[in-house]
Amino acid sequence: MPELWIDILRILDGTLRLATPLILCAMAGLVSERSGVIDIGLEGKLLAGAFAAAATASLTGSAWLGLMMAIVVAMSLSAVHAFACITHRGEQIISGVAVNILASGLTVVIGIALFQQGGQTPPLGTDERFRPIALPLSETLSGVPYLGPLYAELISGHNLLVYVALMAVAVVWWMLYRTTFGLRLRAVGEAPEAVDSAGISVTWLCYRGVLIAGLLCGIAGAYLSTAHGAGFVREMSAGKGFIALAAMIFGKWRPGLALVACLLFGFLDTVAPRLQGVELPLIGEAPVALIPVLPYVFTVILLAGFFGRAVPPRALGTPYVKEH
Amino acid sequence: MTPLPRWAEIGLLPLVNVALALFFSGLVIALIGEDPFHALSVMLQGAFVYPGSLGYTLYYTTNFVFTGLAVAVAFHAMLFNIGGEGQAMLGGLGVALACLALDPYMPGIVVIPVAILGAAAFGAAWAFIPGWLQAYRGSHIVITTIMFNFIAAGLMVWLLSGLLRSGGQGSPQTRFFAEGAWLPRVHEILNAIGIKAASSPLNLSFIIALLACVGVWLLIWRTKFGYALRAMGHSPDAAAYAGIPVRRMTVIAMAISGALAGCMALNEILGVQHKLVLNFSAGYGFTGIAVALMGRNHPVGIVLASLLFGALYQGGGELDFEFKTITREMVLVIQGLIILFSGALANMMVPILIRAVGRRKADA
Repeated sequence: MPELWIDILRILDGTLRLATPLILCAMAGLVSERSGVIDIGLEGKLLAGAFAAAATASLTGSAWLGLMMAIVVAMSLSAVHAFACITHRGEQIISGVAVNILASGLTVVIGIALFQQGGQTPPLGTDERFRPIALPLSETLSGVPYLGPLYAELISGHNLLVYVALMAVAVVWWMLYRTTFGLRLRAVGEAPEAVDSAGISVTWLCYRGVLIAGLLCGIAGAYLSTAHGAGFVREMSAGKGFIALAAMIFGKWRPGLALVACLLFGFLDTVAPRLQGVELPLIGEAPVALIPVLPYVFTVILLAGFFGRAVPPRALGTPYVKEH
Repeated sequence: MTPLPRWAEIGLLPLVNVALALFFSGLVIALIGEDPFHALSVMLQGAFVYPGSLGYTLYYTTNFVFTGLAVAVAFHAMLFNIGGEGQAMLGGLGVALACLALDPYMPGIVVIPVAILGAAAFGAAWAFIPGWLQAYRGSHIVITTIMFNFIAAGLMVWLLSGLLRSGGQGSPQTRFFAEGAWLPRVHEILNAIGIKAASSPLNLSFIIALLACVGVWLLIWRTKFGYALRAMGHSPDAAAYAGIPVRRMTVIAMAISGALAGCMALNEILGVQHKLVLNFSAGYGFTGIAVALMGRNHPVGIVLASLLFGALYQGGGELDFEFKTITREMVLVIQGLIILFSGALANMMVPILIRAVGRRKADA
């Protein structure tokens, strides 16, 4: 078996692991923004979800209860965002900033009150986490050249939430493009007045869009602290919510393209440490410190229309005022 | 604009919103089993009473004045500059480059003005690009400025771990600037003229911040440019129809905003650290949004709101010493709640207040 193939598989495997929270958050942002509500609070919901999952798992010993609590907490933050932006037509950016700052404060304050460990949760044991799942036959097939390791390394052996993230892309796509609800949700992000004149509640549609975003961010949070990691560390979201936002825009507000963007950004994250000290042709020593900014640079360039064009939903960011 | 009487809109509504934020903050403190009133008194003492504490409070205030003004100037043109963090970092780079290049050869009296220009110019440049991209390429300024915060952070890590790192040091930072290029501390000046003052990091950039307030007031309310800026903020279409070059104004407004945010580095880098370090912007850029909101984008309001946040930051540090369970992260919670109630939910209380104090005369 060529070493190179194993190396490639390991990189792709790492890509998938690092892309998982991005995928979930990007889908969250996508559903919210398709309904016309900007969500820069992805980061905060991700962080709060991660804390809720780890804290609950640590206190109850159940990763599943942790996941449920993460979803409840992230959806509560979404509800605050929705209440401010939809009910009171507040500035969506400001509400998002508030959610982010609140999450980074509350996770530490409550964390210290519960565990007295400087804002961390105690390390989680095996039962308190989502463990890797070996798909059927991965052992047996691992002898098959190329495809065996591909199956065993890359496709099998992830925890449940990685598969959930991939399924979320399909579900979001199906929901947006194949259901009545999705059609209405997209319509409300483009032309809320049309939806309103059809007798459908704009408010309730937007609320559902924003709450679904909370649900997905909650799962992403649980992934960070109870699947990928083993416990909560302060600020553990570390900007992933914003990278997901960039990926969503880079994916032009479409689920499939956003998935590709998340995988690309996850890939950059995976190879960056491997490029440490590597000499590149023309550039010289690889500027590893600059690799983390590439997702943002790409997104800025794309938004500026220098390659392709990313057009946001037309009514994005403007609260709907019903005409009297 | 709300249908409230003017005094209620300017005075009562912001107070009610802050009170709501403080009420929920108190609730959080009570929920984790501490006494909110005790916490409040600890914070007030920490912010104003202990020797030197007022200096520390005003030192934090300085940062908020700069970032608050930055948000406000852009906001008058209805532009959302949430890139204050990145612009402040680049401002720090401007200060550092000026000092590192000049301080071996020139006295402080020359280096300091150049460093101030450096802070403003680099901050302005970092905001100019998102402004230009919005005006001429149609990208959304909010998204671009967020992205530019992260790009700036990456750039600083790269520069400080490579080109700008001083030899023989493990941590990513530049060498110290020559002492002559440090902004004088206020307590040193006061002591020199015979007034006793406790030592604190408060430095001359506080005066620069107050001058910036006057400058912004003049610019927005006393110049043709400011008039055009506000007209554009009310209605870009009407402004364009009236012959105001909306695109060029967008770019200039962002550049001024960025210059102000960049000047935050004067306090932190030229005034206190005396070397360029990572992450010195520490969220002040984001807090600037809250400051501008609470201060209703007016310099006087911004100074008052900055003072509140300065006191929160300084007093919040005191919580660490006094309580086992409350730490300075509580300040983040209070800050988040203030942004929520004074910003996103700013008009929630309007209907209730109308019932209490009636409508504005002209509307009645």
